[in-house]
Amino acid sequence: MKRIYVNEDWCLGCHLCEYNCAFANSGEADMAAALKGKPLFPRIHIEEGDKICYAVSCRHCEDPLCVKSCIAGALQVKDGVITVDQSRCVGCLTCVLVCPYGALAPNENGVMQKCELCLQNSCGEPACVKGCPNRAIVFEERSAVL
Amino acid sequence: MNELYITPEFEVVRNENRCIACRVCERQCANEVHSFDETRGVLRSDEIRCVNCQRCVSLCPTHALKIVKNNCTLRENANWQNATIKEIYKQANTGGVLLSSMGNPKPMPVYWDKILINASQVTNPPIDPLREPMETRVFLGKKPDVLRRGADGKLLTDLEPQLSLSMPVMFSAMSYGSISYNAHASLAAAAEALGILYNTGEGGLHEDFYRYGANTIVQVASGRFGVYEDYLNAGAAIEIKMGQGAKPGIGGHLPGAKIVGDVSRTRMIPEGTDAISPAPHHDIYSIEDLRQLVYSLKEATDYKKPVIVKVAAVHNIAAIASGQPSPAAWRAPARISLPSTAFAAAPVRRRPASAIMWASRLSWLWLRSTSGCGTRASATTCLWSSAAPSVRRRTL
Repeated sequence: MKRIYVNEDWCLGCHLCEYNCAFANSGEADMAAALKGKPLFPRIHIEEGDKICYAVSCRHCEDPLCVKSCIAGALQVKDGVITVDQSRCVGCLTCVLVCPYGALAPNENGVMQKCELCLQNSCGEPACVKGCPNRAIVFEERSAVL
Repeated sequence: MNELYITPEFEVVRNENRCIACRVCERQCANEVHSFDETRGVLRSDEIRCVNCQRCVSLCPTHALKIVKNNCTLRENANWQNATIKEIYKQANTGGVLLSSMGNPKPMPVYWDKILINASQVTNPPIDPLREPMETRVFLGKKPDVLRRGADGKLLTDLEPQLSLSMPVMFSAMSYGSISYNAHASLAAAAEALGILYNTGEGGLHEDFYRYGANTIVQVASGRFGVYEDYLNAGAAIEIKMGQGAKPGIGGHLPGAKIVGDVSRTRMIPEGTDAISPAPHHDIYSIEDLRQLVYSLKEATDYKKPVIVKVAAVHNIAAIASGQPSPAAWRAPARISLPSTAFAAAPVRRRPASAIMWASRLSWLWLRSTSGCGTRASATTCLWSSAAPSVRRRTL
């Protein structure tokens, strides 16, 4: 399955992936209309240390702890992609607790949201990958099992 | 006079309707032009530092930015133009001298551009590159003066070491430390992919780049930074830098602040010490001295590597390079069994000073201005703005 991978050597720490992610999932056609003056709730986050930075989003694990731990059955696996059914989420944050990557975060209403590879939104392909200026984020098939 | 008296050269125009305050401009500007006002949630610009690299413009996701020339002007007349006055202010303020990358910033006449060379019927027949295969491979190295045959009458083909280039293009020398690790990595990778050569410059060769040796020219300059046996043997050829096109007759100075970590280790000098390359090699004051260095390098590399001497293409360079009688102080790189001589581009094009010095009758020297990658080099900006001097080479 194609997944999102990050080459931290190439990451500039520009945070554009976060904005492209929030824009792609906003349903708006214009970035300024979607994001201007609003708090940002992206599904990908830049982790920054002293001399390193890289983007973190859902790994779409083959054996996902978040799905196992979800008490409401909101997190599901569809064709390898882990999705969240927001109508079922009760906001218990157990998935946040168990995810070893810190890839899940609630949206502005406290309902869980996560990277679903932009397959369902207007972008159609991962917006973080498409918008990464240094091509540090890639969407590709790799053999390693997560 | 305060330096702030000089109005910024550029203006950062931000379309507030489009700006989403993502702060990518702030994060990516190497010169810290942009800053974020937390209380008001807006971005601000300090344009005095802007060098118009356009990085923020190209990264802005909503195209909210543009950089325009600041049209604020001083009172001009024909003798004292805006730019001239400002350059004098800058030099008077700082005591420094201005340098400009990428050739002469003044429109000095370039006679070469007016020469038409059409040799299509005096050499090989012309090739139509659209219909016929065209060979761009070039070999640099000493060629035999006469044809020699063995006892069996067959042609002897043993040549002095040669360099093979897939096309007659080489990257000019820029040292590690003056440009970043990433910039060197890019040059090395590009040279390998294109089948051409890049040049380490005088800062030694980072241990990670020894694997690009076949596409590397290692340089020995007056500072001798990072020169040792493995380094000399690592490249395809060795270049002795006598002069450089960017500032003919002037040495180099990499401030101690830049001599940290890998740069210090690669240059083989302690962290924090200034890396000073004297204008001359202090062991070369005659053609015999240069010959001695050429042979020292040949000995160190078992006569397997071509040795190149790079000189700035100054007045009388042909005579200097070939060793004909000339009033030049030292001469004859080409006569000491050298395979090739590298010429750094002509100083008339390179010396940005000539126009203004002429105008103002002041004989200032010129140092690096605030633009270009050398002054505020970050790993990423170097790839965007390069102060690379172009180098023309010719085999003799």
